[in-house]
Amino acid sequence: MRELYARLKALYPLGELTEQRKNLAFVTVPAAHLRDTLLHLRDKEGFTHLVLLTAVDWLEEGQFQLTYLLNNRALACDLGLRVLIQRDTATMESIHDLWPTAATYQRELREMFGIDFPGSPRIEEEFILEGWNSIPPYRRDFDTLKYAQEAYAERPGRVTHDPETHMRLQMYPGQHPAGK
Amino acid sequence: MTTKPELMKRMVKGPDGLEFEVDPLRDYYCEAPPTVMPGAYIQIVEDFFNWARSKSLWILGFGTGCGAIEMRPLMTPRFDAYRFGVAWRPTPRQANLFIISGYLSTKTLKRAIRAYEQMQNPKYVIGLGSCTINGGMYWDSYNTIKKLDEYLPVDLYIAGCMPRPEALLAGFEEMKKIIRTGKAEGANQYAENFAWYKANQKRVIHDWDMPDYNW
Ligand code: SF4
Repeated sequence: MRELYARLKALYPLGELTEQRKNLAFVTVPAAHLRDTLLHLRDKEGFTHLVLLTAVDWLEEGQFQLTYLLNNRALACDLGLRVLIQRDTATMESIHDLWPTAATYQRELREMFGIDFPGSPRIEEEFILEGWNSIPPYRRDFDTLKYAQEAYAERPGRVTHDPETHMRLQMYPGQHPAGK
Repeated sequence: MTTKPELMKRMVKGPDGLEFEVDPLRDYYCEAPPTVMPGAYIQIVEDFFNWARSKSLWILGFGTGCGAIEMRPLMTPRFDAYRFGVAWRPTPRQANLFIISGYLSTKTLKRAIRAYEQMQNPKYVIGLGSCTINGGMYWDSYNTIKKLDEYLPVDLYIAGCMPRPEALLAGFEEMKKIIRTGKAEGANQYAENFAWYKANQKRVIHDWDMPDYNW
């Protein structure tokens, strides 16, 4: 992994390498260099499989982090490329021409995070949700609980127990709930 | 209401070359809302009908949530639900018992409503698992309903997460009792409160693109 990182680093302005395991590492790439890096990894380094494309919402920093996880079958190792993009514009170049499967991930990201990938096939179509009428549900400023309470009728009388206290009462009745 | 393209009026060319107009909403669906089915002319006959109905529970094999996985062992020799006189059917037209087996996302709810409306009277609904009762562990989810009886008339709930096959078997026996005592009036309730049910359904299904009644 370190050698690969050294080879890549000579070509592209990469961030630090985060080694999760011997065969799994992550590295940050500027958005402008993503395509070249991906192409290089795919065609020259044997990372032929796009495992997944997913996002993290760094609300406080005003950024979305996209993770492109690639797999090298022969070496049985994974490399994740992280790209940080602006949260307010939330647009990224599409890579559906490198891996057709990316189009599906991009549709999902557009629906759940509101990240646009102009030119990606069927990007405008609904993916999982039907008739969604609020901000994209995976954005961290989307208040799931509030939405659920407002949108869906509830049956009164639902209570939530603290599991520890509840089990203590169940198993040792008579004992004070907080007793240690 | 936004209408799906396949539900729009259009010209169709028949196999004999003749062109004719098709209005799917009028030609393929019944526009009339469901009506209340009166009981038999005399109570003893109605009781007899109900006894007979309780002996034929035909379940629609439509699993909506994780609870559906507990229906499979019931169809196998280990639990063998068929000995209780219940059977599964692959189409709503041949079924009279709809088991909502767990959480319903709004997307599945739409299909469940269509399936329910296509079933023939008298028909019954069982809500299986806590998700159908009060949301269960999906109580704070952005796309699942939390109270099934707002959207479909439910005759019986089976609690648990998930209820074991034995609980379902007990539920079938309970359902039969309810039918025998003439209390399984879900279809009539649905017809009576049709507007209320439709309003509730449309409140959560934002892209309503089907006829109001799918019979
Ligand atoms: S009640 Fe439990 S098992 Fe049933 S659908 Fe909900 S989460 Fe799944």
